[in-house]
Amino acid sequence: MADTMELRDIEVWDGNMAAAQALRQVQVDVVAAYPITPSTPVVENYANFLANGYIDGEFVMVESEHAAMSGCIGASAAGGRVATATSAQGYALMVETLYQASGMRLPIILNVINRALASPLNVNGDHSDMYLGRDSGWIQFDAYNPQQAYDLNFVAFKVAEDHDVRLPVMVHQDGFMTSHTAQGVKTLSDEVAFNFVGEFQPMNDMLDLDHPVTHGVQTEEDWHFEHKARQHNDLMTKVFPKIQAAFDAYEALTGRKYNIVECYDMDDAEVAVVCMGTSVETAVEVAKEQRAKGIKAGVVGIRVIRPWPFEQIAQAFQGCKAIAALDRSSPNGAPGMLYNELAGTLYNAATRAVLTGYVYGLGGRDLTKSLLNQIYADLVANAAAGKPTTALQQLIGVRGPKLEFL
Amino acid sequence: MSEMKNIKNLKEFSTSADRFEGANLLCPGCAHSIIVREVLNATNDDLILSAATGCLEVCTAVYPYTSWDASWIHIGFENASTAIAGAEAMHKALKRKGRLKQERDPKFVAFGGDGATYDIGFQWLSGCFERGHNMMYVCLDNEVYANTGGQRSSSTPIGASATTSPAGRVSYGEKMNKKDMLAIMAAHGAPYVAQVAPNKWKDMIKKIQTGFAANGPVYINAMSACTTEWKFLPEDTIAISDMATDSLVFPLYEIIDGTKLNITYRPKTVVPVEEYLAAQGRFKHLFKDEYKYLIKEWQERVDAKWDYLQRREEASV
Repeated sequence: MADTMELRDIEVWDGNMAAAQALRQVQVDVVAAYPITPSTPVVENYANFLANGYIDGEFVMVESEHAAMSGCIGASAAGGRVATATSAQGYALMVETLYQASGMRLPIILNVINRALASPLNVNGDHSDMYLGRDSGWIQFDAYNPQQAYDLNFVAFKVAEDHDVRLPVMVHQDGFMTSHTAQGVKTLSDEVAFNFVGEFQPMNDMLDLDHPVTHGVQTEEDWHFEHKARQHNDLMTKVFPKIQAAFDAYEALTGRKYNIVECYDMDDAEVAVVCMGTSVETAVEVAKEQRAKGIKAGVVGIRVIRPWPFEQIAQAFQGCKAIAALDRSSPNGAPGMLYNELAGTLYNAATRAVLTGYVYGLGGRDLTKSLLNQIYADLVANAAAGKPTTALQQLIGVRGPKLEFL
Repeated sequence: MSEMKNIKNLKEFSTSADRFEGANLLCPGCAHSIIVREVLNATNDDLILSAATGCLEVCTAVYPYTSWDASWIHIGFENASTAIAGAEAMHKALKRKGRLKQERDPKFVAFGGDGATYDIGFQWLSGCFERGHNMMYVCLDNEVYANTGGQRSSSTPIGASATTSPAGRVSYGEKMNKKDMLAIMAAHGAPYVAQVAPNKWKDMIKKIQTGFAANGPVYINAMSACTTEWKFLPEDTIAISDMATDSLVFPLYEIIDGTKLNITYRPKTVVPVEEYLAAQGRFKHLFKDEYKYLIKEWQERVDAKWDYLQRREEASV
């Protein structure tokens, strides 16, 4: 038996430690992992727990991220609790197996410590890796700080392992800004944390020797569409109620409330910024300052990226006159992902808010309060004019002549 | 403890319970199915299996059917080794935690073609062997990407015509010598590495059973004559296989603990390499006058390798 770790009610943890502690507390059976900045400390912390008797699962340090997820898939299909962590290039190397994990309906948990994708090589935080895997069939949560990175891992296991769901879940957090920035994190005791998730209940497990199963079959035009359609249907219809139930249960246990879409000062907001990761907290602070100046400013944070919360998003912007979508990934020749998702969601909604997009913060460039103030100034002008007063897409915080398109 | 089968003759073997069903889509005359049955039939223990993308995979698990009466997983082309290593790790974890549904310890076996093994899955295989998973990896070596229509792999021998190294007006086909996977896998320090052939089934069963009894990763290189890409008639699979082993193009040997090499089959009459080549369409062009030197060179290479294997065996290194 692994030793119990005595934790203070509030520990000073960065996002990587928060994620590693959550993995320890749910007693993951197999972690197959490979180190990469900035997710390396998740794996190192976990190795440390193992070396000191706090883990009795298997820890397999493989030779690449592709092998990490391959090992996770084999272990998960065998029938037990499985998790790993990665970032950026490692995530990119994993992409093939991300689709295989979700298509095989395996409840693996992947902590993604978001980082820019080369080239040029960059170790800092942006959402390029997150965007790369957005259609991979995984449920995807976004944490804005270490506390959330901790909490959302428990919710992730609870949702993923539900037999009506059986889909893998990613918990995203911003590289360095969350992963390496220590904050106070309210903890659960080992017992309470484990009991929230519960014992792993295997299904179609290869290790049930009396009931052999075949995993990872071939389907061509005769069955492939039906499999993909069923997975999509489950993502669209079954997952949100399970996430909501898990959020409710977690709130009842801890008092910490999570929402599928996080709305800050949105009840009467006329201008709103939509973003993810650490940017949400900065935007909330700036919105409050805007409100002190008489601007009805709000912020919407995307908590569940996949499945995309179509209905909740449509509701969030009722009464809003101008919206800015902030994308922390180069769209490389298109509007940003958040812009496009919002446009698709709001096109048939009651709102006729003006929607503009901003690309910011690539490769770990700061999103400053002054940039957000400028965005709110643009939004106020858009709201007054009832149409865009700027280009639909602006790159902000980048040196050189102003880059704006569309 | 492992429970091995004691099979005395082919009739007994053929009536032994199947965990790999004859209902599959492999070509008539495909050696893969013979090899897989021989591997699975070597033990009565439970089996957890994986397969790389390839002929075996696409022909045995086409939804809604499966040919496998043992748990089986396919993920991708390169990671059959790591898939089974992950399952083995889970077994270890659940055993330690007292959560296995049955007390029995299964064997973990991965199958991959030579493309999956020599080429695209090489890193994954090496990683699994370095980490010492308790697993057997069986390479179904037909010296070509057969599933995708006959492209060269790093197992394709020199002079073979493959679709990406075709023989033509100015080319004799594949230019590179076959990679020596057995030496590479032995160099990992694996407890057991062996080359087998389906026609020498007693030798093969013995090796598979030795592999199952070993503690750690075991590599089996199984010569798998391919009627479609080697271009011979389906009914000649065993005859071609006999020529492969008796010409010593595919010598049968084992390497224990990374170093100790034993030759396990010595043909009474050694067949000239030329006869082996002449029996297959993929080498047809080598019999043109301008390429005959390649056949001579090939015979010299086989002789040299056989001499080397014998010297290794004698020296017990």
